[in-house]
Amino acid sequence: MKADPRGVLTGTHFIDGDHACCEGALAAGARFASGYPITPSTEVVERFAARVPTVGGTFIQMEDELAASITLQGAVWGGAKAFTVTSGPGFSLMMEHIGYAAMTETPCVFVDVQRGGPSTGLPTLPAQADMMQARWGSHGDYEIIALCPNSPQECFDLTIKAFNFAEEFRVPVMFMMDEVVGHMTEKVIIPAADQIEVEPRRHTTKPVAEYLPYHTNGNQVPEMAHAGDGYNFHITGLTHDERGYPNMTPQTQDKLIRRLQSKVRDAADRITLLEEEGIDGADVVVVSYGITSRVAQRAIGLARQKGYKVGKLRLITCWPFPERRIREIAGKTKAFVVPELNLGQMVREVERAANGKARTFAVPHAGGSVHRPEDILKVIVEACQ
Amino acid sequence: MSSTECVTNPVEPFLRTDRMPHIWCPGCGIGTTVNCFARALIESKIDLRSLALVSGIGCTGRVAGYVKLDSFHTTHGRAIPFATGLKLANPKLNVVVYSGDGDLSAIGGNHLIHAARRNIDLKVICVNNLIYAMTGGQTAPTTPDHAITSTSPYGQFEPAFNLPHLVEAAGAVYVARWTTFHVRQLARSMGEAFQKKGFSFIEVISPCPTLYQRRNRLGDGLDTMKYYKEKSKVRHGVPTSETGLTMTGEIIVGKFVDRDRPDYQSLMRSQMVESLGDRYVETMEQPEVVCS
Repeated sequence: MKADPRGVLTGTHFIDGDHACCEGALAAGARFASGYPITPSTEVVERFAARVPTVGGTFIQMEDELAASITLQGAVWGGAKAFTVTSGPGFSLMMEHIGYAAMTETPCVFVDVQRGGPSTGLPTLPAQADMMQARWGSHGDYEIIALCPNSPQECFDLTIKAFNFAEEFRVPVMFMMDEVVGHMTEKVIIPAADQIEVEPRRHTTKPVAEYLPYHTNGNQVPEMAHAGDGYNFHITGLTHDERGYPNMTPQTQDKLIRRLQSKVRDAADRITLLEEEGIDGADVVVVSYGITSRVAQRAIGLARQKGYKVGKLRLITCWPFPERRIREIAGKTKAFVVPELNLGQMVREVERAANGKARTFAVPHAGGSVHRPEDILKVIVEACQ
Repeated sequence: MSSTECVTNPVEPFLRTDRMPHIWCPGCGIGTTVNCFARALIESKIDLRSLALVSGIGCTGRVAGYVKLDSFHTTHGRAIPFATGLKLANPKLNVVVYSGDGDLSAIGGNHLIHAARRNIDLKVICVNNLIYAMTGGQTAPTTPDHAITSTSPYGQFEPAFNLPHLVEAAGAVYVARWTTFHVRQLARSMGEAFQKKGFSFIEVISPCPTLYQRRNRLGDGLDTMKYYKEKSKVRHGVPTSETGLTMTGEIIVGKFVDRDRPDYQSLMRSQMVESLGDRYVETMEQPEVVCS
């Protein structure tokens, strides 16, 4: 369906990534956010707090991130599209509720504007060191989707995508920004509402007597009801059967957990968004994401000037990891070069997917600033040998 | 009545009978509170379709799984913030939080006081069995002085919370306490709380014969009922500073607070109308996200 025009600020803007993310959420139909202040993410909810009362929604600043990350889920079951926004220390506190959203199949978006860590770390400076936490931070087996924008325009476009994926697959979607992308100001074009596709809630149309909250009817994603609709449904973070009732058997656990995984993995090719350029015939492919992809672009240009054959693979979707595509490329290229603002996270996935068919070179950087293009260039040259 | 006629328990329509038997121990008071809750629903003629019930984790946390309502079994301590989101997204809902003392006042203590401060329109029923029961009888912020628990084997020496005092200070508009002996009074209080707009809190002192009473040689469920009967003193309107509990002493019960303060959503609406005028769009005015 098309976006509700009341939430869409159509026009050409000069705004930063945090504000663009807020506009993306409003365009996607988000009418509820619960947050807790934390640098460098707070600008998203500051703008939302100012904007949402004029489009029919609510912002509430909660007492901590534990509260913020579950209040939004209450709002989802009350009928709203909802999200929260945080950074490193707050993201750590939200982990239990990412698991709750995965288990209860609550569609929602968690925005993490990454900063240097661990602990309080570098509150005002960038990192990309929460990438594994986004995937594995909550306990137990589960699957999420994570997107990585590299510009304010993408903060707008991909926030809409994040909400759409959340609704389509009923998963929490991690929106993995970083401090530079969050605070960088660029041109952002917001199209007309009728140009924006918005995924509606998978609301059931079944009569009350026939509705089972977790019956999937062959489809892997069940239909939702909202509180107050008359369905008298039960939702729990315990292992549950199709009725939503707790069921503590290994059989129920196996069936549920495998479906939570496969509903995302089976659609991985559609979810994994990639930007590729010059990969055919390349000796080396640079794999990067977020702000680092923009530094990598410069390094690739410098390498090509020197005559090296270098391809670009940008991960727009980081989770599920595009392992099929990496595996294909690994058979045709000599090496992958993976710069990232951490000491080696996504590079492990690249290495795993390449499975020895191409060498893998990390270009680690502890955060606090971005790479120098020369540092990436040096590894590209080394990898080409 | 002929012998073939079957009489339905009046609370049965409120229960998920397909989930019975429940997990609660013999002599436990939680089922008694659910019975009172169902009777309060019958009495108050509240629209059940508009009613949602949210629990945290623990023995009382299981209430959400047994009531035939839109019901949410959330994470440990976070029933109140979940309920806050539910209420704010759909203000037409009547939202009840039903959970235990450990869930609401320890791990969820911060949310309890902030929801009372904001005066979110929630009805909180806190079943206080003075202990963490589901996990095997550990000490709680409500465990009375000298009580033996599995993690206070030599006796509790931490001062306990006086929950009515805490929530009154934080801003609750309705505060009452009963024991599971006071079933009529409890059901009446629950009915009164449904009529209040704002943060209402009902504490129910409830036995845990398996873990609390047994370890402290306080007898079984029946002995506890006798204790509640003999030692409870009804003191409506008493200052909540005087409602602290001890292991074997008096239990002050009654309605302690019944006052009016504008609730969160009224305050939000007033502020937005004052600042934004016609530009303010209330939450319920948005088109529903319901699809084909």
